[in-house]
Amino acid sequence: MSSKSEKLLKLENLKQFNWEVAESGAFQKHYLLLMALVLVVLFIYILRLWHLQVVQGPKYRYQSENNRIRLEDIPAPRGIIFDRNGIPLVENRPAYHLQLIREDVQDLSQTIQELARLTGRSAEEFQEIIEANRHLPKFVPIRLAADLDRDCLARIEAQRVRLPGVVIQLEPKREYRCNGTAAHLIGYLSEIAESELKSEAYQGYVMGEDVGKFGVESAFEKYLHGKRGGRQVEVDAIGRRRRVLDEVLPISGRNIWLTIDIDLQRAAEDCLQGRVGSIVAIDPNSGAVLALANNPVFDQEKFIRGLKKEEWQELSKDRTHPLLNRAIGAAYPPGSTFKPFVALAALKEGLISPETTINCPGYFPFGNRRYRCWRDHGHGAMELERALVQSCDVYFYQTGMRLGVDRISQYANYFGLGERTGIGLHGEHPGLMPTSAWKRQALGVPWQKGETLSVAIGQGFDLATPLQMTLGYSAIANGGNLWQPFVVKRIEGNGPTEVDDIKPKLKRRIPIDARYFQLVQKGLLGVVDEARGTAHGIKHKAVSIAGKTGTAQVVGLAEGANRKLLEKITKHKDRDHAWFVGYAPAEEPQVVVGAIIEHGGHGSSTAAPLVRKVILSYLGHEVEDTPQKK
Amino acid sequence: MMDRRLVENFDWPIIGVLLAIISIGLMSIYSALYQQIQANPTHNLFLRQVMWLALGFSVMFCSLLFDYQRLRRLSLWLYLFFLILLIAVLVIGKEVNGSKRWLDLGGLQFQPSEFMKIAIVIQLAAYFSSQDIQPYPSLRKLILPLIMICVPTVLILAEPDLGTAISLLSISGTLLFFIGIRWRYLLTGALVIIPLIYPIWEHVLKPYQKMRILILLRPDLDPLGAGYHIRQSKIAIGSGMFGGKGFLNGTQNKLHFLPEKHTDFIFSVWAEEWGFLGCVVLLVLLAALIALAFRAARRSKDRFGSLLVVGMASLILWQALINIGMVIGVLPVVGITLPFVSYGGSSLVSLCLAIGLIENVSMRRFVFQMR
Repeated sequence: MSSKSEKLLKLENLKQFNWEVAESGAFQKHYLLLMALVLVVLFIYILRLWHLQVVQGPKYRYQSENNRIRLEDIPAPRGIIFDRNGIPLVENRPAYHLQLIREDVQDLSQTIQELARLTGRSAEEFQEIIEANRHLPKFVPIRLAADLDRDCLARIEAQRVRLPGVVIQLEPKREYRCNGTAAHLIGYLSEIAESELKSEAYQGYVMGEDVGKFGVESAFEKYLHGKRGGRQVEVDAIGRRRRVLDEVLPISGRNIWLTIDIDLQRAAEDCLQGRVGSIVAIDPNSGAVLALANNPVFDQEKFIRGLKKEEWQELSKDRTHPLLNRAIGAAYPPGSTFKPFVALAALKEGLISPETTINCPGYFPFGNRRYRCWRDHGHGAMELERALVQSCDVYFYQTGMRLGVDRISQYANYFGLGERTGIGLHGEHPGLMPTSAWKRQALGVPWQKGETLSVAIGQGFDLATPLQMTLGYSAIANGGNLWQPFVVKRIEGNGPTEVDDIKPKLKRRIPIDARYFQLVQKGLLGVVDEARGTAHGIKHKAVSIAGKTGTAQVVGLAEGANRKLLEKITKHKDRDHAWFVGYAPAEEPQVVVGAIIEHGGHGSSTAAPLVRKVILSYLGHEVEDTPQKK
Repeated sequence: MMDRRLVENFDWPIIGVLLAIISIGLMSIYSALYQQIQANPTHNLFLRQVMWLALGFSVMFCSLLFDYQRLRRLSLWLYLFFLILLIAVLVIGKEVNGSKRWLDLGGLQFQPSEFMKIAIVIQLAAYFSSQDIQPYPSLRKLILPLIMICVPTVLILAEPDLGTAISLLSISGTLLFFIGIRWRYLLTGALVIIPLIYPIWEHVLKPYQKMRILILLRPDLDPLGAGYHIRQSKIAIGSGMFGGKGFLNGTQNKLHFLPEKHTDFIFSVWAEEWGFLGCVVLLVLLAALIALAFRAARRSKDRFGSLLVVGMASLILWQALINIGMVIGVLPVVGITLPFVSYGGSSLVSLCLAIGLIENVSMRRFVFQMR
């Protein structure tokens, strides 16, 4: 070091310099150790490569040129769906798909021609499918035709040796044992969409796979679906499997038991024949849905086969909406079936007592107009029980007026109206129980007092689904327990011992005294039992049925118009929807049934007899005496 | 202006070896993506890699311009900066295949974890070269670096990115090994951790997590995933035989049998087309790069410089070792790329930065005499 640079050397650097040199010996050992490691690993890797590429090289070269290791899919069978008594409703059957692996095909156009001849389809169709899947790797099978029939399958199998690259894939396919029955509840499958494939929720799904799109098939997809397996296979030059190298077995989907009684379901659907509407039956002691019927229905098998464009258009354009699950997805004004809830609210609030009498002259004067009762010449003076039996509108106009719209809505909410029931199926309509705040927010105008009158008799803005009404009545029937409805009672595990039974769930206990419930129950029994009851026509000699009729205006009565008046103006009686919700036996209710017939006319004549049939069918009584028409 | 002395001390052999490895990388990526390049000659991953390479060389050049001693003072800020980016990735990162690793900078995807590897080397080198740290430091002096290692490792594991977490740990481990860990500590650490393994395995891990770890060790347990990939990779490598099938002639590669062929499995593409000879050339080049880097580390006369270079060299060493071991089927399958060969922008730029810092130390090895 020169003296000049010595001067420039900072003291700090000097200290550091000495200190560094002192330890450099210790560091050297570490370099040597690490370098030794590098050399050892280098040696091992070169040996390994020598083994792979030189010793076993010819074997791998052969495999890469003549044989291919492929992945084959093993689809998992979907879970079976049973009714509550173990009767299978949906099962699986084998389906055979025609697939092509381009990589193995020797002459593509000739193979396509041959396949067209064997299947009776056009070569252009196949060409299009291949063109659409051009971007896929050549060893990935392309599905040319799904679900071949047996003859066609036999013809292709006979020629397979001459058709390298042609593969028949076996896959379990859905079979709807009672096609069309409970179609809205069970739902259907269709091919997974490209957007779904990319989403997190459908991890592990592959292209061309069927997935639940509606009803239980969709809502319980994760249980029903199972887990697909696969195998690594070695195939020869024409794509035939030579040996299985490794295999992962599929895990079947879990079987599901519905709460539906298929006989009751059929009975309910028979009732709806030729009508547009819905019938729901539930167990008031658990909330289990016993039947959920809609008409019109749709053909589930059509979806499995793959819906043609025209068929889809026809379905979606149909004005009766066959795909709509009315029981949960359509909301109607509940009409007079709403009255018991208003009665219970007023009793609880102390606005009326069981003895309170209100005079019905046939109309209720409010503001400068008269709100009419359905009975033009009036019911005279009556107390609550008789008002329910005869469905007096004026009694409920007055009661509703005392309650006000917000309290009506509050009590209706207790009974599950105006909120989704949580049945666990997609497409549930929440219904609507209006409040003054709601109207201000939604429509920007304040609540009119006259509108409260409409709301009190289940008209105006009131909307409820058949399921909501049935559920609300079951809470009346059982004395104040609002259940969460459910449609699946058991999910079987993969082993015979692994079973998940689904327990009923109480949504809320309604805070109304038992004596008020008893009074309203008495009124509902009177509707059928008493001579002047609106549904006396459905009285049965052995089974005591309780319930309430309803006739729902289709045209809104928001301005407070009288429905009789409207009927006269429009002169289309069939514009009204007919309601009946009832339960039996009245002493110890076992089943609650709600029915709505769109444009069915009056609840007493159209809907009530249907409910009667369903109730009797459930309780095991023959429908021996036809109810006399009122 | 740069001192003439600095240019004289530039380590040209390192750059020579590096260029050879990068050429192998470009050839392999070109071959792996050949069909994509044919389909779209103007927009493809190969051109993108070339662009990343240009950026990498610029970064490398810039990293020569300043005295590496300055990094000592900057180290903590760099470390904290990338720590914040790692947290940002977890919050606003772009999710690909179920893991969040990338930050989107206006169309440019950037992986902070790659740069964390550099930042932690600088930070640990700075810490261990401070004057109150002796070789084989006491436990009290080790607590802080251990925390500095664990925090980013946990963040990277949360992405989740097992491969990068493993390389971060192995790089840090190398630096700890260099500064020296007393046998007592290693033994105590082992005695604490080993008894914990069984209860964690039995009670903490969920079945699917156990399965994932088992698959790492035994790919045959996942015949439809990792097991299939390894089998195809072995066929690709083996079928290359002694002399290879020739450039662009690899069939396994072209038929899409190889998964992740331009990233994790790029070595198989090279091995199929250039055979045993090509593989040995690549392995020897990588070993030579490490050896040259170690030479640069030994020549450095201050501890910070040595540790910096050792850290950067170990970054290349462990990734290459784990990646090739995985592809030829002797190590578990974890997602680690092959340095300078695999496709990947952030990785390439961060590796160029590492080489730049090695050169920086090498150039300034006689800095004392000059002052």
